[in-house]
Amino acid sequence: MKRLTIVFAILAVFALIGSASAGTLDDVKAKGFIQAGVNGDLFGFGKPDEKGVWRGLDVDTARAVAAAVFGDADKVKYTPLTAKTRFTALQSGEIDVLTRNCTQTLSRDTALGLDFVQVNYYDGQGFLIPKKLGVTSAKELDGASVCVLPGTTTELNVADYFRSNGMKMKPVVIENTAELAKAFFAGRCDCLTSDASQLAGTRAIASNPKDYMILPEIISKEPLAPAVRHGDNQWKDIVNFSVLAMINAEELGITSKNVDEMLKSKDPKIMRFLGVTEGNGKALGLDEKFAYNIVKQVGNYGEVFERNVGVNTPLGIERGLNALWTDGGLMYSPPFK
Amino acid sequence: MEKADIKQIETEVKPPVASKGVVGWARANLFNTWFNSILTLVTLFVLWKTVPPFFRWAIVDSLWFSTGEACRGTEGACWSVIPANIRFILFGFFPYQLQWRPLLAMVILVVLLFYSRDRRHWNNSLVYAWVAGLFAMGLLMKGGILGLVEVESTQWGGLPLTLMLSVFGLAAAYPLGVVLALGRQSKMPAVKALCVVYIEMIRGVPLITLLFMSSIVFPLFLPEGVTVNVILRAQVAIIMFTAAYIAEVVRGGLQGMSKGQYEAAESLGLNYYQTMRLVILPQALKIVIPPTVSQLISALKDTSLVVIIALYDLLKTTQSVLSDPSWMAFSSEAYIFVALIYFFCCYFMSSYSRRLEKELDTGL
Amino acid sequence: MQPNQDKVQRGAPPATVPFYNDPKKRAILFQIVTLLMVGLLAFYLISNTLTNLEKQSIATGLGFLQKESAFEIGESPIPYSAADTYGRALVVGFLNTLIVSSVGIIITIILGTLLGIARLSTNWLVSKLAAVYIEVLQDIPVLLQLFFWYAFFYNILPSPRSALNPIVGVFLSNRGLVFAVPEAHPVYKYMAIAVVVAGVVIYFLRRWAKQRQARTGQIFPALRVSLALVIGFPLLTWAIGGAPTAMNVPVLKGFNFIGGTNISPEFTALLLGLILYTAAFVAEVVRAGIQSVSKGQTEAAMSLGLKSAQVLNQVILPQALRVIIPPLTSQMLNLTKNSSLAVAIGYPDFVSVAGTTINQTGQAIEGVALMMVVYLTLSLLTSAFMNWYNKKTALVER
Repeated sequence: MKRLTIVFAILAVFALIGSASAGTLDDVKAKGFIQAGVNGDLFGFGKPDEKGVWRGLDVDTARAVAAAVFGDADKVKYTPLTAKTRFTALQSGEIDVLTRNCTQTLSRDTALGLDFVQVNYYDGQGFLIPKKLGVTSAKELDGASVCVLPGTTTELNVADYFRSNGMKMKPVVIENTAELAKAFFAGRCDCLTSDASQLAGTRAIASNPKDYMILPEIISKEPLAPAVRHGDNQWKDIVNFSVLAMINAEELGITSKNVDEMLKSKDPKIMRFLGVTEGNGKALGLDEKFAYNIVKQVGNYGEVFERNVGVNTPLGIERGLNALWTDGGLMYSPPFK
Repeated sequence: MEKADIKQIETEVKPPVASKGVVGWARANLFNTWFNSILTLVTLFVLWKTVPPFFRWAIVDSLWFSTGEACRGTEGACWSVIPANIRFILFGFFPYQLQWRPLLAMVILVVLLFYSRDRRHWNNSLVYAWVAGLFAMGLLMKGGILGLVEVESTQWGGLPLTLMLSVFGLAAAYPLGVVLALGRQSKMPAVKALCVVYIEMIRGVPLITLLFMSSIVFPLFLPEGVTVNVILRAQVAIIMFTAAYIAEVVRGGLQGMSKGQYEAAESLGLNYYQTMRLVILPQALKIVIPPTVSQLISALKDTSLVVIIALYDLLKTTQSVLSDPSWMAFSSEAYIFVALIYFFCCYFMSSYSRRLEKELDTGL
Repeated sequence: MQPNQDKVQRGAPPATVPFYNDPKKRAILFQIVTLLMVGLLAFYLISNTLTNLEKQSIATGLGFLQKESAFEIGESPIPYSAADTYGRALVVGFLNTLIVSSVGIIITIILGTLLGIARLSTNWLVSKLAAVYIEVLQDIPVLLQLFFWYAFFYNILPSPRSALNPIVGVFLSNRGLVFAVPEAHPVYKYMAIAVVVAGVVIYFLRRWAKQRQARTGQIFPALRVSLALVIGFPLLTWAIGGAPTAMNVPVLKGFNFIGGTNISPEFTALLLGLILYTAAFVAEVVRAGIQSVSKGQTEAAMSLGLKSAQVLNQVILPQALRVIIPPLTSQMLNLTKNSSLAVAIGYPDFVSVAGTTINQTGQAIEGVALMMVVYLTLSLLTSAFMNWYNKKTALVER
């Protein structure tokens, strides 16, 4: 009996040890799902709802990849990661794609063994302050206590900004987003610094949002992009074009609602995009319908944006930099041909 | 006989009024010296200042089943945060329709724990019951056969994860700890040195560094492409941590054995393994049952640290709920709720441990 | 399972015993195999790690300690700015850990002792309250308590602009407790030296007093003389040094108070959480210690004509301490180790700073190894000291 138990235990342990080989696409197909690294605490980007269902812009990005690979956006499993664990998880092969509001930087792209793909959210770091402080510019923040999340580019940017402007600051560094926001509302610090998208979210949850304002200065560029392991070009292409497919769909005016009608379209661009004219899928090693599946099951970029972070959500973020290039934003997809 | 005599005397001679009833009790226990009287008054004053406002906040002015928005206006506690999110707090990402499974698994665990409380049930069939119970729990959690849909361990969370990390942590750490304790007592210098280094090293560092090790350093130890599930890694860290403490607990038991036991075993011609298995360990492990239960309590509390490496245990699921804009303001209520869960689990065990200590005390 | 049959043939001529049945040889073989296995495992892990590090081009070594950290730290006992090195940042973290644990240990021992005595009090109310306190705080994870206290602090205290000002020069707000400190002056350094000198003098004085008491039975008022020395020496130094009275008074300037000394809410919450949690355990230790001294000891001492203070000092405490010291040591170590949870509520202790360093440099192995080495050193030093002290107080006849 004891021996049997031990054998079972060992088997159980082995069941939990995964092993990857060859290309990520083959591995993913073999196991039947995509393991995505997400934030877990960030409303609008990656966070489970009260039923434990994951929601957010980054989550939808991972779902788009699953729709492209499997034709089923639900074949994703999520690993919540902290700022500390996110890169190790990708490097070690624990996750297949990292969609966790990561800022693309040169050193991360090179020294950490990662490859970033198409940016799925253009962000910038700003300051949120209570109006009663009477401050109108970040330049007036000398001597302030600043609430900041640790271990992020944010922490370095704010130190740089204060140094370069000859100002002093007192950082209040708390690991958890929710705890940090609460400390800020309670007046533990004078201002909260983070990516502008998160500031909007934080402001929205104040008991009276009108008492708070975001200062005009944006002190950094934060292109948030999904990342894959360095060296697997096919997988990188797949993730890259999954994101681009959402942007391209918006450019072409295809939404999850009209995508079935669009299949009948005679526009060669749309026919190529939706796989009516074949070729794109084969080039990526995917089903010809991959873009159709993404749009049908996840939506185009505009839909995803509005659903998770747009003006009708608690975050209430305008498109801004994340509008299509035709509307004055930065979202631009290369042609799908 | 003696007792009866005393009773008789009590009925015959009535005590003075001032020393019986409420007044007498208060005199004897609250106002017996001038110092105690002052102490009592001060304590009563502090209680009067703190308890009614708390009661008012927690009960009178509180809301129990409202939305987050409705809570903003009230002065009292917003307990609504708990019923609104209870299933996520308790079960994390476990598929919503399948949450009866972890619930049933926890019920099995609780039943087994209650059954094991009674020492009359301590026999071989209890061991089989535990093996079967643990197997059933694993089956319920994981699924995959008997028509149960498979649920990945990455989707486990909440209270089952907390209990699993601590109960399995202790179960697996126990044999390891016994081996380490025996190794530390060993006459072989190399084995002894290894065990001492291990035990002292682990006991010298905080659990959080081991968890960091398991979450960010350990993946680098493995050959490329091989990954180990993050929950398993944390579980191993907890096992390694607990084993060192168990080893010290067991060592206490071993040192409590008189030399005569070893000599008697040797004179019977038993070898080392027989001596340990048949003579020393059964006695030593019996002595250390109460401290082992304390160790289980520590393990249960320590699992809350996995929050820091983003595992969705009970505390993390609660924090996750609190990062939702509509519930963010009500952390005290949610934390108090979680604290109560931890308290009841730990109190159950610690009161049991105390009772056991008394029972076992007479035998030895 | 069947019992093993390979009984060692005692007294048989060694030549006939095969090596696997000779306990000595078997022991050596067993040790070699164990060491070999451990060595192989270590080799396997290290070689994997090196391959991985090289493949992912992650930097190795401690060279990063010399690089500019570029991040700020909220509170620091030594001057520090983002222009300083990672090495200095880690030193700041280490000092912060030392401060919070040493202050925590001292207060915990005092509070724990009081609670332990309260638990044994004849006052029913006090005793029951102490029991409830001990039970409840022991059974709630310390991390949860820390979250709770931190939220409590920044929620109830006012903002700096409407700070409470109970005494001149003292301000209490959600930025912490700010109070006036004497303006820097060389005399204060000499006063610190004077305290140390007083300590040394007291040590020798007490030794002499003890010996004299053992020889002649005369009692020397050691406590009063010690107190006088500790207070008198520095005061004298201060007077000789010109008695400076200038104070550095905090003033509200811009957002925060400038000047004076600040005790942050993070520090306070961490300290409070650790103290309240650990004190519950210390109370149990103290209670057990006091109860371990039998009542006969007190009665015997009383019958010798000792005063109650002497009974406590010379009879009860020395015996109770013997029981108290070992578990107390492990509680002190626990407090030090638990201070690493500072990372969760934003106090920049060593783990927090090392964590940020890991993030910025990507050198996880070095970072985690540093954390372990630091705590291991602290633990070993503390246990070495307590073992020495324990030996000193232990029964001589043992």
